[in-house]
Amino acid sequence: MISFDFEYYRPKSIKEATDLYQNLASRGGKPIYYSGGTEIITLGRLNRVYTDAVIDIKSIPETQTWGFHNNELITGSALPLSIFNEKNYFPLLAETAREIADYTSRIKITIGGNICGQIFYREGILPFLLTDSDVLIAGSKGVKRKPLKEVFDQKLMLEREEFLVQLATKKIYMEMPFLSVKKRQQWKTGYPLLTVASLKKDGFLRFAFSGVCPFPFRSEQMETVLNSRTQPYEERALASFDYLPQPILNDIEGSNEYRLFVLKNTIVDFLKKFEGDENK
Amino acid sequence: MKISKDTYQKITIKLKINGEIVETDIHVSDLLLNVLRDKLGLTGAKPGCLNGDCGACTVIMNQKPMKSCLLLAIEAIREEITTIEGLLNSTIQKEFVNHFAFQCGYCTPGFVMVSHALLMNDPNPDKKTVIEWLSSNICRCTGYQEIEKALYSVIKGGNACGLKPKNTVKSNGAKKTDETGRLN
Ligand SMILES: Cc1cc2nc3c(=O)[nH]c(=O)nc-3n(C[C@H](O)[C@H](O)[C@H](O)COP(=O)(O)OP(=O)(O)OC[C@H]3O[C@@H](n4cnc5c(N)ncnc54)[C@H](O)[C@@H]3O)c2cc1C
Ligand code: FES
Ligand code: FES
Repeated sequence: MISFDFEYYRPKSIKEATDLYQNLASRGGKPIYYSGGTEIITLGRLNRVYTDAVIDIKSIPETQTWGFHNNELITGSALPLSIFNEKNYFPLLAETAREIADYTSRIKITIGGNICGQIFYREGILPFLLTDSDVLIAGSKGVKRKPLKEVFDQKLMLEREEFLVQLATKKIYMEMPFLSVKKRQQWKTGYPLLTVASLKKDGFLRFAFSGVCPFPFRSEQMETVLNSRTQPYEERALASFDYLPQPILNDIEGSNEYRLFVLKNTIVDFLKKFEGDENK
Repeated sequence: MKISKDTYQKITIKLKINGEIVETDIHVSDLLLNVLRDKLGLTGAKPGCLNGDCGACTVIMNQKPMKSCLLLAIEAIREEITTIEGLLNSTIQKEFVNHFAFQCGYCTPGFVMVSHALLMNDPNPDKKTVIEWLSSNICRCTGYQEIEKALYSVIKGGNACGLKPKNTVKSNGAKKTDETGRLN
């Protein structure tokens, strides 16, 4: 049971949603965009999220787009995570998304909610970080398109009245070799210890991580070290740690030392899979 | 479109549950789980973790399993909801009994719902799919083996569930209408 009440709006267009936000906020309200709603509901119940009005974006057609347009895959922000496996246009996204939560919860959790949520992991962003995707963001001045790289620094940097409408990814990325692995300490569907996703573009391995730091990230400096083919795999993995952002997570899912141990082994496994056994 | 008339005032909604249209008064922030149990007397969906982790509250919405603790009742307007009361005498229910697929039984409605939803979507699922769907729910008593056996016996029987719900238990405490579940 959520102890407080709020108004519920279900706009049918982007403009209706942003106008609503501005109107409610200008009256001193605390509106919040609502997508899958699972985080708002679960944190609301614990009084860790408060709102007096939710703006449910699921009926805005652009947030439900899933398909190719002009050589790009368009991913609507209010798509449930379950759809990426049902219609697998983007194998790396499908693989990463199917490891988030459990099957039933993935029918409700949305990709936009995962990317914009408060949780550390936000694994849904990893495939988009690796594929130079763009984001379409709606705000008071309309919809703007930006490279994700420019607007993602630990989190998607949105103004208060803005919301994520879509992500756009070039089709060529759908065919590139990739790996995505989630390591958990408990159960098949427990919270992650960490997730590593990697994509090979023009012979160069890209890496993005979740669950290592309190935010997901891609590090080009780490990638340079991890691609230095003259060094053995384990040395590369350890040398790349010099460029890890800080802090390293140290919580009930795993200590920082344990996380780095698992991260090193996972990176070595990836290098073996992409580049073959070192002894060959 | 503004749905609530006045903040913090109750609103009347219509929901389609187990094939029946019911009308009930809710607060906008009410969870479907609480509305089913406290307003409609459908107590089969169980409150467990209230966090999306255990699956005890699972219902079926538009043929898909849905954790009713992760859903506002207002989001269920115009959707087809099935609760465990709607599966009375279904094949899956019988197979759970035949295979003793429960001990304390608290998790059982959730497991029956997720199993039934799986069979509605795929009458002949492979092992990986079965595990993926059942992993949405937690049982603290059984070793899961009996639950899987109950599900496989329905799959083997080829009667993907006697899918038509029979003798549904009617919800109480709600006004019924013969219209579609639209807002007043
Ligand atoms: C059972 C369970 C297991 C989980 N396991 C995992 C896991 O393994 N890995 C993981 O990463 N996460 C996991 N999560 C967390 C989940 O991914 C996040 O809480 C996510 O935010 C939920 O998405 P939602 O669509 O329900 O978000 P909502 O509750 O709708 O929104 C969450 C936040 O994002 C904002 N928001 C939503 N959509 C937009 C948008 N389009 N533009 C701008 N802001 C927006 C909202 O205002 C709100 O602040 C789990 C959650 C549950 C319930
Ligand atoms: S009570 Fe809903 S998942 Fe546990
Ligand atoms: S039978 Fe007791 S929790 Fe499953």
